[in-house]
Amino acid sequence: MSDSKFEPKIMAFVCNWCTYTGADLAGTSRMKYQSNVRMIRVPCTGRIDPMFIIKAFESGADGVLVSGCHPGDCHYTAGNFHARRRWILFRQLLKFVGIDDDRVFFSWVSASEGKKWVDVINEITDTVRTKGPFVNYQNLNKEFTLNG
Amino acid sequence: MMRIGVFVCHCGENIGKTVDCPKIAKEAVKLPNVVYSIDYKYMCSDPGQNMIKQAILEHKLNAVVVASCSPHMHEKTFRKACAAAGLNPYMCEIANIREHCSWVHDNVEEATKKALDLIRMTVERVKFNYPLSEIRVPVTRRALVIGGGIAGIQATLDIAGAGFKVILVEKEPSIGGHMSQLSETFPTLDCSQCILTPRMVEVYQHPNVKLYTYSEVENVEGFIGNFKVTIRKKARSIKESLCTGCGLCVQKCPIKKAPSEFDEGLANRPAIYVPFPQAVPNIPVIDRTVCTYFKTGKCQLCKKVCGRDAIDYDQKDELVTEDVGAIIVATGYKLYKIDKKARDSLVKGYGEYGYGKYKDVIDGLQFERLASASGPTSGEILRPSDKKQPKKVVFIQCVGSRDPSKGFEYCSKICCMYTAKHAMLYKHKVHDGEAYVFYMDIRAGGKGYEEFVRRAIEEDRVKYIRGRVSRIYEKRGKYIVKGEDTLSGVPVEIEADMVVLATAIVAQPEAPKLAQTLGIPYDKYGFYAEVHPKLRPVESSSGGIFLAGACQSPKDIPESVAMASAAASKALVLFGNEMLEREPIVAKVNENTCVGCFYCKKVCAYNAIELKEIRDKKGNLVKVIASVNTGLCQGCGTCNATCPSKSIELIGFNDEQIYYQIKAL
Repeated sequence: MSDSKFEPKIMAFVCNWCTYTGADLAGTSRMKYQSNVRMIRVPCTGRIDPMFIIKAFESGADGVLVSGCHPGDCHYTAGNFHARRRWILFRQLLKFVGIDDDRVFFSWVSASEGKKWVDVINEITDTVRTKGPFVNYQNLNKEFTLNG
Repeated sequence: MMRIGVFVCHCGENIGKTVDCPKIAKEAVKLPNVVYSIDYKYMCSDPGQNMIKQAILEHKLNAVVVASCSPHMHEKTFRKACAAAGLNPYMCEIANIREHCSWVHDNVEEATKKALDLIRMTVERVKFNYPLSEIRVPVTRRALVIGGGIAGIQATLDIAGAGFKVILVEKEPSIGGHMSQLSETFPTLDCSQCILTPRMVEVYQHPNVKLYTYSEVENVEGFIGNFKVTIRKKARSIKESLCTGCGLCVQKCPIKKAPSEFDEGLANRPAIYVPFPQAVPNIPVIDRTVCTYFKTGKCQLCKKVCGRDAIDYDQKDELVTEDVGAIIVATGYKLYKIDKKARDSLVKGYGEYGYGKYKDVIDGLQFERLASASGPTSGEILRPSDKKQPKKVVFIQCVGSRDPSKGFEYCSKICCMYTAKHAMLYKHKVHDGEAYVFYMDIRAGGKGYEEFVRRAIEEDRVKYIRGRVSRIYEKRGKYIVKGEDTLSGVPVEIEADMVVLATAIVAQPEAPKLAQTLGIPYDKYGFYAEVHPKLRPVESSSGGIFLAGACQSPKDIPESVAMASAAASKALVLFGNEMLEREPIVAKVNENTCVGCFYCKKVCAYNAIELKEIRDKKGNLVKVIASVNTGLCQGCGTCNATCPSKSIELIGFNDEQIYYQIKAL
């Protein structure tokens, strides 16, 4: 990437059954979206530990998306409900750990919603691009290094 | 020491056109622990798979990353190839650079960069994979079939015929489904009941079939090969074992005005009724919402006339549980009711056609009942309003189908054919009558279908008009159908005596609820989703649950039957083995660090967490910790994310694997 133009890194944690398959559908339908997203597949959004999100920012992500099956449609019956509860709580702690809550996104994308996946990714990429790079954690790392 | 091989697939041009595969193969080999890397045109082909096998042997690889299509597509293929070369299949991971990269991006530079990132992340992940072996679980060789229409009947008979027990659950008082309501069937015009009822009887008499009618599936627990199903037997108010089906109670019931479901409201039935004369089982049911006794506490006429004392007003719903190994869902469809009362929120409806307002504007199933010898008119075509023979009938196709602006986007598939049949039946019964069909396109794909439609047009002189109808209104006892003939570009106005609407096929209204009970996906219309549209069309994404008939999408009888037999054969494949092998992606407890808080137990949707006592050598209890029942665990990993002491890992998706994947961003 050229220095003049900031391209955000987006990390997406998606469930295997709905969103991953929805993203597959976007591919098979040859829909186009911005290339900033890197996806990590987990069986269920219930598997997603809030620490994953923090680690993603630590590893240089500028935005993080968590996406799974719609409420009631979870392949594992209720995993996405646990994810949602965890998310509601985690969202309140984001400020405390120094992350703007508009850098973390949560969405439901089903296996048939290839178009929605495209829209979600484009929207998130644009939002994070406007916000600029996430440097809080990089500075944090620097401080640690300085202090030995 | 990890020795990882990276294999980059071009997928012809599918990946190769937007991702610089040779370049990323060259870059990949520079990644730590990657000792070998190569790109090839088609990695999934035989030569491609052989390249992987050879490389594993030659370069002593102990892990493999294939950068190719979605793991949903070829993960199994590549894992098998690895296993053939002696590498544990779970040491192979896929980086999805097709669906998630080359197909969705145009810019070669960006796509190549992303593909390399995805490979790097997968390489980091695979370092923490370890060899796994399949879990073996026993299979209960009994099947549950939900829905007793033609699809459910076919699946039941196939499985029962193979020598396995089948439990058939039907929510209505009789099996038979929509097919029992039909008059004749296209394209042969043989009588629907004549071909169906023998099969219904066969189900009833088959020693391997256990039939639950007027029953619904209440709950499903367990997993492939080992389901525990709770069935609600709704209170019939009749002791089934005593009833002989003599029908005296039905004759004597003073309530005569309840609309008959079987006759689609064109005739009435008593409060105690058998849906139709050939019903299986031939045991009546009391409709408690209309029965005088249940409303006022008086009457009991049916009880008085029953010689067997089979009437039981106090009967309650009964819950029974059954153990099965496979489930076939064959819950069928409903016709879209376009009147205001039952209007679906998804669609705007067709108030301008006057359905529900004009008695002689009817839908396809109502016409079936009019044309059927067992129907309210004994097969004579008579207008519902005045029982006169209509001399001019207009049939309108695609009411609600193929209409994104007001109805559903999909094609209901069977209407072209049944409308041709309706028009034909009408002409056969009313020789001097005129039949008009408004259509968009005639879709008659199927053996003998096109010929059938041609016959309607050429031999029976049914007049086909290509165009839509804008409005229907009543004028001096006639229905004025205003439409357009788009082939000649002129407006058309027909003074009809009766109008038949081919309304859309829609999913059962309770379909999403059942899907949630079963844990299977469905689309926005409520049709159940197959796991692969071409290669696995009868399997749901939940193991051991198969789909048959119109619950998956609109289907005609031959297709429903074919799909039912396919679903039955899938169940039989499962029953072919006493033990079932399944993926080892399950949770595992670290017994050293688990403190027994059982948060995992609270979040587990499968009751897979059990208590385990840890004792010292002398037998003193040290602690009680969590333990995973691998038969029940489905591998969602919610416990892994919940555990405060990180003592439970989801094998295959453990913390190291994911953290290192994140770190490689």
